[in-house]
Amino acid sequence: MSENVLEVRNLRAYYKILKGEVKAVDDITFDVSKGEILGVAGESGCGKSTLASALIARKPPLHYISGTVKLLGRDIINMPNEEFRKMRLRNISLIPQYALDAFSPTKKIREFITDLVRDHGVKADRKLMDKVVERLQLVNLDSSVLDRYSIELSGGMKQRVILIISTILDPEFLIADEITSALDVSSQRFVATMLANLRDDGIIGSSMFITHDLSVLYQIADRILVMYAGNLVEIGPTDEIIKNPRHPYTRALIASLPQVGVQYKDHRLTGIEGTPPSLLNIGEGCRFRYRCPYATAKCEKSPSLERVDSQHQISCWYWKEIESDVSA
Amino acid sequence: MSVPSSDSILSVRGLTKVFSSGVFRRTYTVAVKDVSFDMKPGTILSLIGESGSGKTTIGKLILKLIRPTSGQIIFRGKDIAEIKDKEQLRDYYRKVQGVFQDPFATFNPLYRVDRVFNVVYDSFGYDPTNKEEKIRQVLESVNLDPDRTLGKFPHQLSGGQLQRLLIARTLLMDVDILIADEVISMLDASTRIGILNLLVDLCKSRGMSVLFITHDLNLGYYISDYTLIMYKGRLVEKGDTKKVYQNPIHPYTKMLFKSVPDIHSKWDRNEEFLPEHVVQEVKEFYSENAGRGFEEVEKDHVVLFSDL
Repeated sequence: MSENVLEVRNLRAYYKILKGEVKAVDDITFDVSKGEILGVAGESGCGKSTLASALIARKPPLHYISGTVKLLGRDIINMPNEEFRKMRLRNISLIPQYALDAFSPTKKIREFITDLVRDHGVKADRKLMDKVVERLQLVNLDSSVLDRYSIELSGGMKQRVILIISTILDPEFLIADEITSALDVSSQRFVATMLANLRDDGIIGSSMFITHDLSVLYQIADRILVMYAGNLVEIGPTDEIIKNPRHPYTRALIASLPQVGVQYKDHRLTGIEGTPPSLLNIGEGCRFRYRCPYATAKCEKSPSLERVDSQHQISCWYWKEIESDVSA
Repeated sequence: MSVPSSDSILSVRGLTKVFSSGVFRRTYTVAVKDVSFDMKPGTILSLIGESGSGKTTIGKLILKLIRPTSGQIIFRGKDIAEIKDKEQLRDYYRKVQGVFQDPFATFNPLYRVDRVFNVVYDSFGYDPTNKEEKIRQVLESVNLDPDRTLGKFPHQLSGGQLQRLLIARTLLMDVDILIADEVISMLDASTRIGILNLLVDLCKSRGMSVLFITHDLNLGYYISDYTLIMYKGRLVEKGDTKKVYQNPIHPYTKMLFKSVPDIHSKWDRNEEFLPEHVVQEVKEFYSENAGRGFEEVEKDHVVLFSDL
């Protein structure tokens, strides 16, 4: 028996539009082990939300090209919709981006919860509601929020309610897409910490935490997966990725992060020149090569995922050379 | 109330804005209360606060988009409330301009970039003979290639490029004051640093004064010479950026610094952290220090010790 909750192998998920195919997730391979929080980082349009959709939403215009996804040892890509429906919320749960704005304005929170669980074949009885109230206390909300409308709650409170609702059936795997992005810094810390606490308390098994903000990932993720233009460029333990990044993109991304203690007068940060390529009908080759200072003709061919060590993998032709170049 | 210092271009004194709402306009919201600060040439001030703290309202008040309930905004020795006619207002906008958060929503999707710039240029009644040259010049100063930009529609440009265009638009005028309200919060990490550096360069080379409104403490530290911290409509702490960040005094400022994610230190997961606690902490802080009001704790570092 493997200890992996999720196994993704060579996943390709494209969007089909009139002009061709948008290769938003292209050949991605990774695992999520039991009890782990895997952070997924990348800039807008890099395919991180598509990756989440590919795992759970299964709707056109997104369609699969190839690859396998196993959740708890079961192939979820070729699973019939009816069967997959039974796994949702119980085994795999998603907090989509902008979930904050997805509450019905005419329903009280209590009604929203009962409708949701009933939809998944669970009776919203006394026992379940007691559990909801108990969980709400974990996020410092009292039961009175159940009788309020969503407009009466602040953004931070709504996000806490969402965190509780989507984990109410104790899913083995939770996908959290940009759950801290629309929040104030104080709520951001609370919600992110809460997610880690839910994991520690065994309420959720593992989680995939998607955000553009590497500094939040550094706080709670065990490992970080960095995406660029639909490709996985680097994956490894959090401290390794942040303190010792190897891929030229990860290096540049971390170097561009402003931090308390760094002021323009003392140290001028640099961004990355140019913009990511369009993913429409994109061809062979490393997709970072247009912006990469180390790119050569060799980068016209796609690099494969290589192991730096047992934990750390990277997709770059020149990572060894860059390594010695930087340390020299 | 202190006298505006001589070297500031714009001084805000005791600024207060109360919004009224409800059927009989009897519900009042104090958005900004008794705020004072100075803007000096060639410096960047960051105005930091969470949502609902009133930071955008201050920007709008300075841009004369809304009227203050009380207090003054003095630009070059003159209260802007005295601006009455259109001509005077246009003169004011030649000197004071704003750039906002969402570059995708700001542009008319049917206008090409050159048309946007022409309209702005014409409406301010500048000399039409060197219009084209001036437009090309401002685009170059924000590191955009005029030939590759002017004929394009907004949807053909990236967020970073659009935000540069908006900054370029303000440079058509000879601005003294730039209000930058969350200008980079919608941009990616790798592109936003370019906009920050651009603002620093323009500020220093043109002697502009920038009010950089943000919720992001890391960005505020990087870009600003001076920091203003807002909480529930009040300026609770202000001063030299390094001093405020190294020695925060107000409980709200302390809480902000504790929650900012940083790649050098991790949050203490064992520490009980609740954003709600700060309300009580501030209350206690004010009652312990009752009657003190604003006090200078060190040179260029002022803290609000009690809410009078």
